[in-house]
Amino acid sequence: MALLEVKNLHAKVQGREILKGIDLTINPGEVHAIMGPNGSGKSTLASVLAGRENYEVTDGAAIFNGKDILELSPDERACEGLFLAFQYPVEIPGVSTSYFLKAAVNAIRKYRGEPELDAMDFLKLIKEKMKLLEMDQSFMNRSINEGFSGGEKKRNEIFQMTVLDPKLCILDETDSGLDIDALKIVSQGVNALRNPNRGILLVTHYQRLLNYIVPDFVHVLRDGRIIKSGDKSLALELEAKGYGWLENAA
Amino acid sequence: MPTESSAIETMANKEYKWGFVTDLESDTLPPGLSEETVRKISQLKNEPPFLTEWRLKAFRHWQTMTEPHWPNVKFDPIDYQAVSYYSAPKKKKTLASLDEVDPELLKTYEKLGVPLHEQKIFAGVAVDAVFDSVSVATTFKEKLAEMGIIFCSFSEAVQKHPELVRKYLGSVVPYSDNFFATLNSAVFSDGSFCYVPKGVKCPMELSTYFRINERNTGQFERTLIIADEGASVSYLEGCTAPMRDENQLHAAVVELVALDNASIKYSTVQNWYPGDKDGKGGIYNFVTKRGKCLGVASRISWTQVETGSAITWKYPSVILQGDDSVGEFYSVALTNHRQQADTGTKMIHIGRNTRSTIVSKGISAGFGQNTYRGLVKILKHAVGARNYTQCDSMLIGDKCGAHTFPYIEVRNTSAKAEHEASTSKIGEDQLFYCKQRGISLEDAVNMIINGFCKEVFKELPMEFAVEAQKLLGVSLEGSVG
Repeated sequence: MALLEVKNLHAKVQGREILKGIDLTINPGEVHAIMGPNGSGKSTLASVLAGRENYEVTDGAAIFNGKDILELSPDERACEGLFLAFQYPVEIPGVSTSYFLKAAVNAIRKYRGEPELDAMDFLKLIKEKMKLLEMDQSFMNRSINEGFSGGEKKRNEIFQMTVLDPKLCILDETDSGLDIDALKIVSQGVNALRNPNRGILLVTHYQRLLNYIVPDFVHVLRDGRIIKSGDKSLALELEAKGYGWLENAA
Repeated sequence: MPTESSAIETMANKEYKWGFVTDLESDTLPPGLSEETVRKISQLKNEPPFLTEWRLKAFRHWQTMTEPHWPNVKFDPIDYQAVSYYSAPKKKKTLASLDEVDPELLKTYEKLGVPLHEQKIFAGVAVDAVFDSVSVATTFKEKLAEMGIIFCSFSEAVQKHPELVRKYLGSVVPYSDNFFATLNSAVFSDGSFCYVPKGVKCPMELSTYFRINERNTGQFERTLIIADEGASVSYLEGCTAPMRDENQLHAAVVELVALDNASIKYSTVQNWYPGDKDGKGGIYNFVTKRGKCLGVASRISWTQVETGSAITWKYPSVILQGDDSVGEFYSVALTNHRQQADTGTKMIHIGRNTRSTIVSKGISAGFGQNTYRGLVKILKHAVGARNYTQCDSMLIGDKCGAHTFPYIEVRNTSAKAEHEASTSKIGEDQLFYCKQRGISLEDAVNMIINGFCKEVFKELPMEFAVEAQKLLGVSLEGSVG
């Protein structure tokens, strides 16, 4: 069974149609990359799947794990195992990263009928994952994303993703604003999450990220539609010829 | 998918959890206020003449005053003749121990979660419980007495330590201070009294739990806390009231006196019945709280979490008289539905090198109106005085209001006063971020609000910080978006 099946998805933002019929199937174990020029609808797709308000789905379906997720609230989608790494992670003053993450872990466990983690078990869990992303202990006591550098914020997203262990990871422009060292660490983290049960959807403008996280499939989005799909060579071709190449082809 | 607003509706319909009434027989004076009433109260309490006289002076002065309406709150004039000024659970005899307290009463406190029983000694909290007007049981008194600490009801202090009462009563809030404080001075029924002798550090948190039970009674407590030279004490006050349709007046006075090198920390968690969602009923919480740093290097710190009451109107203040003394005010005020709050502080710098810190967090939801009003006054001789004020407001929804009125008067050129203020809306982005991690809307709102209030909560004694967080969650029947 497909992990995510998006069929003919149409969505509007402030009355303007942005997604004009997206079809996309992600099977367990696959890494998909969605590429496209600015304004093509990449981030909108990520937002619609995660359930952000102010995005109105006008047609189509999105079946995740056998469930119509468009019927679920954003927190239910998260509990079902959908994770969105934000392009612009949000600051919440006064709420420490560890407190936030513990609340998230336990909300998801509760949803799944699993016992909540106590402080000790939680600490054990995060210590392990922090090593993987070369994160300093002090991170956990700082207010979430407050005063973090761009790189720290993105690393924190991947760290949360690692701790929450989702079935589907959607990464929205995770590479933007990262220097090469941070990009390597973040990619390492994502690659460590690759396994036969998990799906990954990378939303990116540049092919640079795909040197580090090599996708199984690449889709090019333009004006709210996928106009071309292929394997990783498509990304390289795009890099060489630019989006204009497909523009003319289309 | 459930819409945002319906989830909030559910939260909004949470009811006031503490709205039960205890069925007790009580001695209640008929409504009305006259010199006769004042004499009667004094007589019922078997008070010495100096106190009767003091009450009468206050009453006569009060008759010359008019009910003030300058704050940013709206209420109909109160009919002071319709209020009963004294209500006490009927007692058959003097109580020697907790076992003799009316079990109905103890049950009430259990519902409230007050650790009244001695076996809860490990909680380390000594409670002086005020039920309507009379203090019914004071725990841990003996243990404290061994250290020379006096912690008892105000009435008991009047009987046993009249010299201390006489010396300090009205020394911070004079009987003529303001309309409600003056009324309190005339008719106050009971309250808590604490004296910590020289050099003694009080080993536990002291606590009073106020509760208004009787219908149509105003509650007029009087609390007096004195920390002698080098002494320190931390005191917590918590309040609840049953649900009533009519408005009840709560006009308390709290006076704190800190002598040389003494420190007093006074924390309040106020959860009076706020009225229903249309603004019917609820407590009028018109309270005068003031501390005086009389001695050098003394310190007085107010921390308040105000989530209840239909109207909250109070300015816990510090008079910084002793050189190098320190005043602090940490406040969280939450208004929801039709609640109104006009609260803040006054820091009066008189001594040299006096310092004050003000951190105020106002949260408005529903149709709530939240006003911060603060005065920082630095007098001519207050060389090197310093103040830091931070005043943050958070709005939830678009029908509430946040207002800030800071007054700063500086008469000394070496003084420094800083004021920072911010107003923010609870962000859609923040909520979505939390929800995307699996956290429910309700938990997300609580988490963001608690984060916003963290600087204040960390000033609360540990066990009450947790309570305050929960309370905020319950009180936050807010609308987002």
